[in-house]
Amino acid sequence: MTATATPPAGSLLTAHDLRKAYGPTTALDGASFSIHPGEVVAVMGPSGSGKSTLLHCLAGIVTPDSGSITYSGREMATMNDSQRSALRRSEFGFVFQFGQLVPELTCVENVALPLRLNGTSRKEAERAALTWMERLEVDGLKGKRPGEVSGGQGQRVAVARALVTNPRVLFADEPTGALDSLNGERVMELLTEAARSTNAAVVLVTHEARVAAYSDREVVVRDGKSRDMERIV
Amino acid sequence: MSIGHTLLGLLESGPRHGYDLKRAFDEKFGHDRPLHYGQVYSTMSRLLKNGLVEVDGIEPGGGPERKRYAITDAGVTDVQQWLATPEKPEPYLQSTLYTKVVLALLTHRNAAELLDTQRSEHLRLMRILTDRKRQGDLADQLICDHALFHLEADLRWLELTAARLDRLAEAVTR
Ligand SMILES: Nc1ncnc2c1ncn2[C@@H]1O[C@H](COP(=O)(O)OP(=O)(O)OP(=O)(O)O)[C@@H](O)[C@H]1O
Ligand SMILES: [Mg+2]
Repeated sequence: MTATATPPAGSLLTAHDLRKAYGPTTALDGASFSIHPGEVVAVMGPSGSGKSTLLHCLAGIVTPDSGSITYSGREMATMNDSQRSALRRSEFGFVFQFGQLVPELTCVENVALPLRLNGTSRKEAERAALTWMERLEVDGLKGKRPGEVSGGQGQRVAVARALVTNPRVLFADEPTGALDSLNGERVMELLTEAARSTNAAVVLVTHEARVAAYSDREVVVRDGKSRDMERIV
Repeated sequence: MSIGHTLLGLLESGPRHGYDLKRAFDEKFGHDRPLHYGQVYSTMSRLLKNGLVEVDGIEPGGGPERKRYAITDAGVTDVQQWLATPEKPEPYLQSTLYTKVVLALLTHRNAAELLDTQRSEHLRLMRILTDRKRQGDLADQLICDHALFHLEADLRWLELTAARLDRLAEAVTR
Protein backbone atom coordinates (compact mmCIF):
# COMPACT_ATOMS: atom_id res chain seq x y z
CA MET A 1 0.00 0.00 0.00
CA THR A 2 1.36 3.42 -0.90
CA ALA A 3 1.56 6.30 1.52
CA THR A 4 -0.36 8.74 -0.62
CA ALA A 5 -4.02 8.49 -1.48
CA THR A 6 -4.69 7.87 -5.13
CA PRO A 7 -8.44 7.42 -5.44
CA PRO A 8 -9.43 4.71 -7.92
CA ALA A 9 -10.58 6.25 -11.18
CA GLY A 10 -14.23 7.23 -11.23
CA SER A 11 -14.79 6.83 -7.52
CA LEU A 12 -17.14 9.23 -5.79
CA LEU A 13 -16.10 8.78 -2.19
CA THR A 14 -12.69 7.50 -1.14
CA ALA A 15 -11.02 7.00 2.21
CA HIS A 16 -7.38 6.15 2.67
CA ASP A 17 -5.63 4.81 5.77
CA LEU A 18 -8.13 6.11 8.32
CA ARG A 19 -7.24 5.95 11.99
CA LYS A 20 -9.51 6.81 14.86
CA ALA A 21 -9.14 6.16 18.57
CA TYR A 22 -11.60 6.78 21.39
CA GLY A 23 -9.33 7.12 24.39
CA PRO A 24 -7.54 3.79 24.68
CA THR A 25 -9.86 2.09 22.17
CA THR A 26 -8.67 1.90 18.58
CA ALA A 27 -11.81 1.99 16.43
CA LEU A 28 -10.08 2.37 13.04
CA ASP A 29 -6.55 1.19 12.40
CA GLY A 30 -5.73 2.02 8.79
CA ALA A 31 -9.06 1.46 7.04
CA SER A 32 -9.54 2.33 3.39
CA PHE A 33 -12.65 2.44 1.26
CA SER A 34 -13.94 3.58 -2.09
CA ILE A 35 -17.27 3.62 -3.87
CA HIS A 36 -18.48 4.57 -7.35
CA PRO A 37 -21.70 6.36 -8.25
CA GLY A 38 -24.53 3.83 -8.43
CA GLU A 39 -22.59 1.18 -6.54
CA VAL A 40 -23.94 -0.65 -3.48
CA VAL A 41 -21.12 -1.70 -1.13
CA ALA A 42 -21.78 -3.83 1.95
CA VAL A 43 -19.57 -3.20 4.98
CA MET A 44 -19.38 -6.39 7.02
CA GLY A 45 -17.40 -7.65 9.99
CA PRO A 46 -17.74 -8.59 13.64
CA SER A 47 -19.39 -6.44 16.27
CA GLY A 48 -17.08 -3.68 17.50
CA SER A 49 -14.75 -4.00 14.49
CA GLY A 50 -15.26 -0.37 13.43
CA LYS A 51 -18.00 -0.52 10.78
CA SER A 52 -20.11 2.30 12.17
CA THR A 53 -17.05 4.41 12.88
CA LEU A 54 -15.97 3.98 9.26
CA LEU A 55 -19.43 5.00 8.05
CA HIS A 56 -19.47 8.04 10.37
CA CYS A 57 -16.05 9.14 9.10
CA LEU A 58 -17.08 8.71 5.47
CA ALA A 59 -20.20 10.76 6.11
CA GLY A 60 -18.28 13.56 7.80
CA ILE A 61 -20.04 12.99 11.14
CA VAL A 62 -16.84 11.91 12.88
CA THR A 63 -13.41 13.34 12.12
CA PRO A 64 -10.66 10.70 11.87
CA ASP A 65 -7.39 11.23 13.75
CA SER A 66 -5.48 10.72 10.51
CA GLY A 67 -5.97 9.58 6.94
CA SER A 68 -7.76 11.23 4.08
CA ILE A 69 -11.33 11.24 2.79
CA THR A 70 -12.12 12.60 -0.64
CA TYR A 71 -15.65 13.28 -1.79
CA SER A 72 -16.11 14.18 -5.43
CA GLY A 73 -12.46 15.25 -5.63
CA ARG A 74 -12.58 17.40 -2.49
CA GLU A 75 -10.58 16.58 0.63
CA MET A 76 -13.00 16.57 3.57
CA ALA A 77 -10.35 17.68 6.06
CA THR A 78 -10.11 21.01 4.25
CA MET A 79 -13.81 21.77 4.78
CA ASN A 80 -15.06 23.59 7.85
CA ASP A 81 -17.97 22.39 9.97
CA SER A 82 -20.63 24.32 8.14
CA GLN A 83 -19.36 23.15 4.76
CA ARG A 84 -19.42 19.59 6.01
CA SER A 85 -22.95 19.86 7.37
CA ALA A 86 -24.09 21.47 4.12
CA LEU A 87 -22.61 18.49 2.33
CA ARG A 88 -24.46 16.09 4.60
CA ARG A 89 -27.75 17.92 4.08
CA SER A 90 -27.58 18.22 0.32
CA GLU A 91 -25.48 15.30 -0.94
CA PHE A 92 -25.90 12.55 1.65
CA GLY A 93 -28.87 10.57 2.93
CA PHE A 94 -29.00 8.48 6.12
CA VAL A 95 -30.92 5.45 7.33
CA PHE A 96 -30.18 3.91 10.71
CA GLN A 97 -31.46 0.92 12.60
CA PHE A 98 -34.17 2.81 14.48
CA GLY A 99 -35.27 5.94 16.24
CA GLN A 100 -34.81 8.40 13.43
CA LEU A 101 -38.30 9.72 12.70
CA VAL A 102 -39.50 12.77 14.60
CA PRO A 103 -42.43 11.47 16.70
CA GLU A 104 -44.36 14.77 16.72
CA LEU A 105 -44.47 15.02 12.93
CA THR A 106 -46.66 13.01 10.55
CA CYS A 107 -44.96 10.58 8.18
CA VAL A 108 -45.20 12.91 5.20
CA GLU A 109 -43.83 15.79 7.29
CA ASN A 110 -40.95 13.54 8.36
CA VAL A 111 -40.12 12.67 4.77
CA ALA A 112 -40.41 16.32 3.71
CA LEU A 113 -38.20 17.54 6.57
CA PRO A 114 -34.79 17.43 4.82
CA LEU A 115 -36.20 19.50 1.95
CA ARG A 116 -37.79 21.98 4.36
CA LEU A 117 -34.41 22.36 6.12
CA ASN A 118 -32.89 23.15 2.73
CA GLY A 119 -35.44 25.94 2.26
CA THR A 120 -37.99 24.24 -0.03
CA SER A 121 -41.58 25.44 0.41
CA ARG A 122 -43.89 23.21 2.41
CA LYS A 123 -46.15 22.45 -0.53
CA GLU A 124 -43.33 21.50 -2.85
CA ALA A 125 -41.50 19.51 -0.17
CA GLU A 126 -44.58 17.46 0.65
CA ARG A 127 -45.28 16.81 -3.01
CA ALA A 128 -41.79 15.39 -3.47
CA ALA A 129 -42.16 13.50 -0.18
CA LEU A 130 -45.33 11.81 -1.41
CA THR A 131 -43.66 10.69 -4.63
CA TRP A 132 -40.99 8.91 -2.62
CA MET A 133 -43.54 7.47 -0.23
CA GLU A 134 -45.39 6.00 -3.21
CA ARG A 135 -42.19 4.38 -4.46
CA LEU A 136 -41.65 2.84 -1.06
CA GLU A 137 -45.32 1.84 -0.87
CA VAL A 138 -46.10 3.87 2.26
CA ASP A 139 -48.06 6.79 0.78
CA GLY A 140 -51.14 5.48 2.59
CA LEU A 141 -49.51 6.40 5.89
CA LYS A 142 -48.92 10.06 5.13
CA GLY A 143 -51.13 11.46 7.91
CA LYS A 144 -49.99 8.99 10.59
CA ARG A 145 -47.37 9.65 13.21
CA PRO A 146 -44.34 7.31 13.58
CA GLY A 147 -45.83 5.85 16.77
CA GLU A 148 -48.85 4.66 14.78
CA VAL A 149 -47.01 2.63 12.10
CA SER A 150 -45.22 -0.73 12.22
CA GLY A 151 -41.45 -1.12 12.36
CA GLY A 152 -41.24 -2.15 8.72
CA GLN A 153 -43.47 0.72 7.60
CA GLY A 154 -41.49 3.20 9.70
CA GLN A 155 -38.25 1.98 8.13
CA ARG A 156 -39.65 2.50 4.63
CA VAL A 157 -40.69 6.02 5.63
CA ALA A 158 -37.12 6.55 6.85
CA VAL A 159 -35.75 5.34 3.51
CA ALA A 160 -38.08 7.73 1.69
CA ARG A 161 -36.81 10.55 3.88
CA ALA A 162 -33.20 9.62 3.18
CA LEU A 163 -33.82 9.68 -0.57
CA VAL A 164 -36.04 12.75 -0.84
CA THR A 165 -33.12 15.12 -1.44
CA ASN A 166 -31.79 12.90 -4.24
CA PRO A 167 -28.54 12.24 -2.38
CA ARG A 168 -25.41 11.14 -4.22
CA VAL A 169 -24.54 8.82 -1.34
CA LEU A 170 -26.93 6.93 0.89
CA PHE A 171 -25.46 5.77 4.22
CA ALA A 172 -27.36 2.89 5.79
CA ASP A 173 -26.25 1.40 9.12
CA GLU A 174 -28.10 -1.88 9.77
CA PRO A 175 -31.21 -0.52 8.03
CA THR A 176 -33.04 -3.82 8.44
CA GLY A 177 -31.61 -4.70 11.84
CA ALA A 178 -34.93 -4.35 13.63
CA LEU A 179 -37.09 -6.03 10.98
CA ASP A 180 -38.13 -9.63 10.31
CA SER A 181 -36.75 -11.23 7.14
CA LEU A 182 -39.73 -10.53 4.89
CA ASN A 183 -39.87 -6.84 5.82
CA GLY A 184 -36.11 -6.56 5.79
CA GLU A 185 -35.90 -7.91 2.28
CA ARG A 186 -38.67 -5.68 1.02
CA VAL A 187 -36.89 -2.64 2.46
CA MET A 188 -33.64 -3.75 0.79
CA GLU A 189 -35.36 -4.34 -2.53
CA LEU A 190 -37.00 -0.91 -2.50
CA LEU A 191 -33.90 0.82 -1.18
CA THR A 192 -31.54 -0.62 -3.78
CA GLU A 193 -34.04 -0.14 -6.60
CA ALA A 194 -34.52 3.50 -5.65
CA ALA A 195 -30.79 4.09 -5.27
CA ARG A 196 -30.05 2.46 -8.63
CA SER A 197 -32.67 4.51 -10.38
CA THR A 198 -31.03 7.73 -9.18
CA ASN A 199 -27.45 6.42 -9.57
CA ALA A 200 -26.81 7.04 -5.87
CA ALA A 201 -24.01 5.15 -4.15
CA VAL A 202 -25.02 3.12 -1.10
CA VAL A 203 -22.75 2.37 1.86
CA LEU A 204 -24.55 -0.47 3.59
CA VAL A 205 -23.37 -1.63 7.01
CA THR A 206 -24.85 -5.02 7.80
CA HIS A 207 -23.99 -8.25 9.57
CA GLU A 208 -26.68 -10.17 7.67
CA ALA A 209 -25.54 -12.09 4.62
CA ARG A 210 -28.97 -12.01 2.99
CA VAL A 211 -28.97 -8.22 3.26
CA ALA A 212 -25.39 -8.02 1.96
CA ALA A 213 -26.51 -10.10 -1.03
CA TYR A 214 -28.23 -6.94 -2.34
CA SER A 215 -24.81 -5.29 -2.69
CA ASP A 216 -22.41 -5.31 -5.63
CA ARG A 217 -19.40 -6.15 -3.46
CA GLU A 218 -18.39 -6.32 0.17
CA VAL A 219 -15.71 -4.75 2.30
CA VAL A 220 -14.81 -6.60 5.49
CA VAL A 221 -13.74 -4.66 8.57
CA ARG A 222 -11.82 -6.51 11.27
CA ASP A 223 -10.02 -4.88 14.20
CA GLY A 224 -10.35 -1.48 12.54
CA LYS A 225 -8.73 -2.64 9.30
CA SER A 226 -10.66 -2.97 6.07
CA ARG A 227 -10.38 -5.57 3.37
CA ASP A 228 -11.91 -4.99 -0.03
CA MET A 229 -12.78 -8.50 -1.14
CA GLU A 230 -13.14 -7.71 -4.82
CA ARG A 231 -9.94 -5.75 -5.22
CA ILE A 232 -7.88 -8.28 -3.33
CA VAL A 233 -9.16 -11.55 -4.76
CA MET B 1 -13.44 -33.69 2.51
CA SER B 2 -10.03 -34.32 0.97
CA ILE B 3 -8.13 -36.86 3.08
CA GLY B 4 -5.04 -36.40 0.94
CA HIS B 5 -4.79 -32.68 1.61
CA THR B 6 -5.52 -33.19 5.27
CA LEU B 7 -2.77 -35.78 5.70
CA LEU B 8 -0.39 -33.55 3.76
CA GLY B 9 -1.24 -30.64 6.03
CA LEU B 10 -0.52 -32.77 9.08
CA LEU B 11 2.91 -33.59 7.65
CA GLU B 12 3.83 -29.93 7.35
CA SER B 13 4.90 -29.68 10.97
CA GLY B 14 7.34 -32.59 10.50
CA PRO B 15 7.74 -36.15 9.17
CA ARG B 16 5.48 -38.83 10.66
CA HIS B 17 4.99 -42.56 10.44
CA GLY B 18 1.83 -43.94 8.89
CA TYR B 19 0.35 -44.99 12.23
CA ASP B 20 1.18 -41.62 13.73
CA LEU B 21 -0.58 -39.86 10.84
CA LYS B 22 -3.71 -41.92 11.36
CA ARG B 23 -3.70 -41.13 15.06
CA ALA B 24 -3.28 -37.39 14.48
CA PHE B 25 -6.06 -37.42 11.89
CA ASP B 26 -8.50 -39.32 14.11
CA GLU B 27 -7.76 -37.09 17.05
CA LYS B 28 -8.31 -33.82 15.17
CA PHE B 29 -10.82 -34.63 12.44
CA GLY B 30 -12.05 -38.19 12.80
CA HIS B 31 -14.44 -37.72 15.72
CA ASP B 32 -17.29 -39.54 14.08
CA ARG B 33 -15.35 -41.38 11.39
CA PRO B 34 -11.83 -42.60 12.12
CA LEU B 35 -9.64 -43.55 9.15
CA HIS B 36 -8.94 -47.16 8.22
CA TYR B 37 -5.31 -48.10 7.87
CA GLY B 38 -6.07 -49.07 4.29
CA GLN B 39 -7.22 -45.51 3.53
CA VAL B 40 -4.03 -44.09 4.98
CA TYR B 41 -1.77 -46.31 2.91
CA SER B 42 -3.65 -45.97 -0.34
CA THR B 43 -3.66 -42.19 0.14
CA MET B 44 0.03 -42.12 1.01
CA SER B 45 1.03 -44.20 -1.98
CA ARG B 46 -0.91 -41.83 -4.23
CA LEU B 47 0.83 -38.83 -2.64
CA LEU B 48 4.18 -40.59 -3.09
CA LYS B 49 3.47 -41.28 -6.74
CA ASN B 50 2.55 -37.63 -7.28
CA GLY B 51 5.73 -36.42 -5.58
CA LEU B 52 3.90 -34.62 -2.79
CA VAL B 53 5.55 -36.72 -0.07
CA GLU B 54 8.71 -38.78 0.13
CA VAL B 55 9.78 -41.66 2.30
CA ASP B 56 11.99 -40.26 5.01
CA GLY B 57 12.98 -43.52 6.66
CA ILE B 58 11.90 -47.09 7.22
CA GLU B 59 12.00 -48.80 10.57
CA PRO B 60 13.08 -52.42 10.69
CA GLY B 61 10.37 -55.04 10.66
CA GLY B 62 8.76 -54.14 7.33
CA GLY B 63 5.07 -53.38 6.72
CA PRO B 64 3.70 -50.08 5.44
CA GLU B 65 3.05 -48.66 8.91
CA ARG B 66 6.84 -48.57 9.47
CA LYS B 67 7.41 -45.98 6.75
CA ARG B 68 8.14 -42.45 7.79
CA TYR B 69 6.76 -39.83 5.39
CA ALA B 70 7.93 -36.25 4.84
CA ILE B 71 6.16 -33.55 2.82
CA THR B 72 7.94 -32.19 -0.28
CA ASP B 73 7.95 -28.58 -1.52
CA ALA B 74 5.36 -29.57 -4.09
CA GLY B 75 3.28 -30.95 -1.23
CA VAL B 76 3.46 -27.68 0.69
CA THR B 77 2.36 -25.79 -2.42
CA ASP B 78 -0.51 -28.22 -2.83
CA VAL B 79 -1.74 -27.63 0.75
CA GLN B 80 -1.36 -23.88 0.27
CA GLN B 81 -3.47 -23.99 -2.87
CA TRP B 82 -6.15 -26.12 -1.29
CA LEU B 83 -6.48 -23.78 1.69
CA ALA B 84 -6.59 -20.66 -0.47
CA THR B 85 -9.29 -21.99 -2.81
CA PRO B 86 -12.79 -21.44 -1.43
CA GLU B 87 -15.13 -24.39 -1.39
CA LYS B 88 -18.04 -24.44 -3.79
CA PRO B 89 -21.00 -23.31 -1.68
CA GLU B 90 -23.27 -26.27 -1.06
CA PRO B 91 -25.13 -27.58 1.93
CA TYR B 92 -23.25 -29.38 4.68
CA LEU B 93 -19.74 -28.50 3.76
CA GLN B 94 -18.88 -27.47 7.29
CA SER B 95 -16.68 -30.51 7.88
CA THR B 96 -14.39 -29.50 5.01
CA LEU B 97 -14.35 -25.91 6.19
CA TYR B 98 -13.65 -26.97 9.73
CA THR B 99 -10.73 -29.09 8.54
CA LYS B 100 -9.33 -26.22 6.49
CA VAL B 101 -9.56 -23.78 9.39
CA VAL B 102 -7.86 -26.18 11.79
CA LEU B 103 -5.12 -26.99 9.28
CA ALA B 104 -4.54 -23.29 8.61
CA LEU B 105 -4.11 -22.72 12.34
CA LEU B 106 -1.86 -25.76 12.74
CA THR B 107 0.39 -24.63 9.90
CA HIS B 108 0.36 -20.97 10.99
CA ARG B 109 -1.42 -19.72 7.92
CA ASN B 110 -4.02 -16.95 8.01
CA ALA B 111 -7.29 -18.63 8.99
CA ALA B 112 -9.23 -15.34 9.08
CA GLU B 113 -8.30 -14.74 5.47
CA LEU B 114 -9.49 -18.20 4.53
CA LEU B 115 -12.85 -17.45 6.14
CA ASP B 116 -13.11 -14.07 4.37
CA THR B 117 -12.44 -15.72 1.01
CA GLN B 118 -15.09 -18.34 1.72
CA ARG B 119 -17.60 -15.66 2.74
CA SER B 120 -16.92 -13.88 -0.51
CA GLU B 121 -17.56 -17.07 -2.49
CA HIS B 122 -20.85 -17.65 -0.67
CA LEU B 123 -21.94 -14.06 -1.19
CA ARG B 124 -21.22 -14.35 -4.88
CA LEU B 125 -23.77 -17.15 -5.17
CA MET B 126 -26.19 -15.37 -2.84
CA ARG B 127 -26.12 -12.30 -5.10
CA ILE B 128 -27.01 -14.43 -8.10
CA LEU B 129 -29.89 -16.05 -6.22
CA THR B 130 -31.10 -12.68 -4.91
CA ASP B 131 -31.10 -11.30 -8.41
CA ARG B 132 -33.03 -14.28 -9.74
CA LYS B 133 -35.50 -13.89 -6.92
CA ARG B 134 -36.06 -10.24 -7.77
CA GLN B 135 -36.95 -11.04 -11.34
CA GLY B 136 -38.78 -14.30 -10.77
CA ASP B 137 -42.29 -15.34 -9.85
CA LEU B 138 -43.37 -16.60 -6.45
CA ALA B 139 -42.13 -20.14 -7.16
CA ASP B 140 -38.66 -18.82 -8.06
CA GLN B 141 -38.67 -16.73 -4.92
CA LEU B 142 -39.45 -19.68 -2.70
CA ILE B 143 -36.86 -21.91 -4.34
CA CYS B 144 -34.17 -19.23 -4.15
CA ASP B 145 -35.08 -18.43 -0.55
CA HIS B 146 -34.54 -22.03 0.46
CA ALA B 147 -31.03 -21.98 -0.99
CA LEU B 148 -30.36 -18.53 0.46
CA PHE B 149 -31.28 -19.59 3.99
CA HIS B 150 -28.96 -22.59 3.77
CA LEU B 151 -26.09 -20.46 2.52
CA GLU B 152 -26.82 -17.98 5.26
CA ALA B 153 -26.54 -20.76 7.84
CA ASP B 154 -23.04 -21.57 6.52
CA LEU B 155 -22.12 -17.92 6.80
CA ARG B 156 -23.36 -17.62 10.34
CA TRP B 157 -21.18 -20.57 11.25
CA LEU B 158 -18.31 -18.84 9.45
CA GLU B 159 -18.77 -15.60 11.42
CA LEU B 160 -18.99 -17.47 14.68
CA THR B 161 -15.84 -19.41 13.84
CA ALA B 162 -14.05 -16.19 12.87
CA ALA B 163 -14.99 -14.74 16.25
CA ARG B 164 -13.58 -17.81 18.00
CA LEU B 165 -10.34 -18.19 16.04
CA ASP B 166 -8.09 -17.25 18.94
CA ARG B 167 -9.66 -19.84 21.21
CA LEU B 168 -9.63 -22.46 18.47
CA ALA B 169 -5.95 -21.78 17.77
CA GLU B 170 -5.17 -22.35 21.42
CA ALA B 171 -7.15 -25.57 21.49
CA VAL B 172 -5.70 -27.15 18.34
CA THR B 173 -2.06 -26.29 18.96
CA ARG B 174 -2.16 -27.43 22.55
N1 LIG C 1 -18.29 7.42 20.64
C1 LIG C 1 -17.49 6.44 21.08
N2 LIG C 1 -16.82 6.55 22.24
C2 LIG C 1 -16.01 5.57 22.68
N3 LIG C 1 -15.77 4.42 22.02
C3 LIG C 1 -16.41 4.24 20.85
C4 LIG C 1 -17.31 5.22 20.32
N4 LIG C 1 -17.78 4.76 19.15
C5 LIG C 1 -17.22 3.55 18.97
N5 LIG C 1 -16.41 3.22 19.98
C6 LIG C 1 -15.60 2.00 20.09
O1 LIG C 1 -14.92 1.79 18.87
C7 LIG C 1 -14.97 0.42 18.48
C8 LIG C 1 -15.64 0.30 17.12
O2 LIG C 1 -17.02 0.64 17.28
P1 LIG C 1 -18.07 0.64 16.09
O3 LIG C 1 -19.34 1.23 16.62
O4 LIG C 1 -17.48 1.31 14.90
O5 LIG C 1 -18.23 -0.91 15.82
P2 LIG C 1 -19.25 -1.69 14.81
O6 LIG C 1 -18.39 -2.51 13.92
O7 LIG C 1 -20.19 -0.73 14.21
O8 LIG C 1 -20.00 -2.67 15.85
P3 LIG C 1 -21.55 -3.19 15.83
O9 LIG C 1 -21.62 -4.27 14.78
O10 LIG C 1 -21.70 -3.77 17.20
O11 LIG C 1 -22.42 -2.03 15.56
C9 LIG C 1 -15.67 -0.32 19.60
O12 LIG C 1 -14.72 -0.86 20.44
C10 LIG C 1 -16.46 0.77 20.29
O13 LIG C 1 -16.64 0.46 21.65
MG1 LIG D 1 -22.30 -0.43 14.38
